[in-house]
Amino acid sequence: MMTDPRLLLLHPGDSVYVLRDRIAAGEVIAVEGAQVTVPDALGLGHKIARQAIAAGAQIVKYGAPIGRASAPIAAGAHVHLHNLRSDYTPTHGRGGEVA
Amino acid sequence: MSAMRGWLRADGRKGIRNHVAVAYLVECAHHVARRIAGEDAHLIGFPGCFPNPYAQRMMARLCTHPNVGAVVLVSLGCESFDRDMLERAIRDSGRPVLVVTIQSDGGTRESIAKGRDWVAAQMAALAKAPTVPVALSDLIVGTVCGGSDGTSGITGNPAAGIAFDKLVAAGAACIFEETGELIGCEGIMADRAATPALADALRAAVDKAARYYATLGYGSFAAGNADGGLSTIEEKSLGAYMKSGQSKIAGLIKPGDIPPRGGLYLMDVVPDGEVRFGFPNISDNAEIVEMMASGAHCTLFVTGRGSVVGSALAPVIKIAANPHMYRRLAEDMDINAGAVLEGGATLEEVGQAIFDKVRAVAAGDETASEAMGHREFILTYKSFEPIGPACLPV
Repeated sequence: MMTDPRLLLLHPGDSVYVLRDRIAAGEVIAVEGAQVTVPDALGLGHKIARQAIAAGAQIVKYGAPIGRASAPIAAGAHVHLHNLRSDYTPTHGRGGEVA
Repeated sequence: MSAMRGWLRADGRKGIRNHVAVAYLVECAHHVARRIAGEDAHLIGFPGCFPNPYAQRMMARLCTHPNVGAVVLVSLGCESFDRDMLERAIRDSGRPVLVVTIQSDGGTRESIAKGRDWVAAQMAALAKAPTVPVALSDLIVGTVCGGSDGTSGITGNPAAGIAFDKLVAAGAACIFEETGELIGCEGIMADRAATPALADALRAAVDKAARYYATLGYGSFAAGNADGGLSTIEEKSLGAYMKSGQSKIAGLIKPGDIPPRGGLYLMDVVPDGEVRFGFPNISDNAEIVEMMASGAHCTLFVTGRGSVVGSALAPVIKIAANPHMYRRLAEDMDINAGAVLEGGATLEEVGQAIFDKVRAVAAGDETASEAMGHREFILTYKSFEPIGPACLPV
C-alpha cells in the first residue's frame, strides 16, 4: 500500500506516522493506499494517523502508548494537542490549549 | 579497521586512552592545575571547599578511570577535600601519583614547575607503556542527549539504541540515564527488567525523579516541544528512552557504581533525600562526568540543536540527529543520524555506523571533539544513598 515517502513509521505496531519533512497546506498525500488532503501545513516531527482511531483508544508511537485519542481521529488526520491527551499530566501549548 | 588495543590496569579494567590527569581539589588550585596540565594532560577537579562524600567518591573513580595512567593532585592546602584518602586510592590502583600542595610547595610558580616536570616525565613513560588487546566485552559505553529537538527522538536516539543492542550482544556494558526524562516510560521500562525486584527499583527511580523535579518547579514539557510536534510528556520521554535500545535491563546504578558485567544499565542521576543542592545535573558535561565515574570508556552524545562539547579523559562520540544542523556543524559531529530523515540511510545503517565508530575510537581513532581539543569537565555537589540489593541482580 502506497504511503508518502515523507511519512516515517517508527515501529510496526504504531498508530501514527511521523513527518520526516514538511507537508504544505492543501497537499493530497497517500497514507497506506488512501488519498488524504492535508488541510494545514505540518512541520518536521508532527504526526499523522495511520488508520482511523476511536475516541478513548490508546495512540501508539515507538511501539508504546503516548496517550489516548480525546476525539475520533480519521486516517491521515493530524494527531496533536487537539485530539491526543496524556495519560500522565496535561500538556499546555502556547495558545493555552490543553491536551 | 585496526584492532582495538588498550592499557591493562591493576584492577583488570583496560583503558582505550592513556592520559595524565591533573586534578584540582578546590577552585583555589584551579589555575595552578590548568598550567600544570597545559596542552598535554587532562584537567579535572572539584571547585567546592566544603566536604561532600559524592564529590570525594567521584574524584576517586575519575582518577582511577581506566583511561588514566597517572595523576597529579593539586591542593591549595587548607581545603576540606580529603586529599590523603584520594592519594591512597590512586596509589592503591597502581598508578603513579604526585601531590602538589601550593601552600607548602612555594606558591604558584614553584608549584607549576614541580607539576610540569613530573607530567613531562610521566608522558614519556606512558608513551612507552605496553598495550594489550581490547574486546568489546571489556568496554563500558554511556549515552546522553543534549541540545535536543524534534529529530532527536526519531533519528539519533533510536540509532544509538540500535548501537547499544549490538554492543550489549557483544558483551559490552551500556549505560543510559536521566530518570527525569523517563516519566511515562516506567511501565515499559520495568517490563524489560531482569527481575521483578529490579522492575520495582526502576519504577521507584522514575517516581523519585518526578517528585524531585516537581519540587524544583521544572516544567518538563515546554511549549516549544509542542511546536516541534510532540503532544504529551510520555511521547517526549519515549524519544529519550529510545537511546536504551531493546535489551533486557540488567541493573540500576548510581554515579560511581561500575557495572559488574556486560548488559544494559540505567543510571539514577537524581539525588536521594530532600532537594539540597539544586538541579541534579546543571549541564550536559555533568552527565558525561557521571558516566565516566561509572567507568564509561566513551559516551554517545545525541544532539539535535548541535552541541559541540567533548570531555576530559574519555572520548565523546557526537551523533547529529538533525540533518540541517549536521550541514552547519559537520566538523563537530561524528555521525549523521539526520540522514535517516532525508532517505540517505536507514536507522539500522546509522546504528551500525555508531557501533563501528565505537570500535574505531577504542582502536585509537580521534573523535571530532578530541581532534578539536574539547576537554570539558564539571563536577558539583550532590548526595546519594547506596543502591539497594535488588538493583544488581546476579
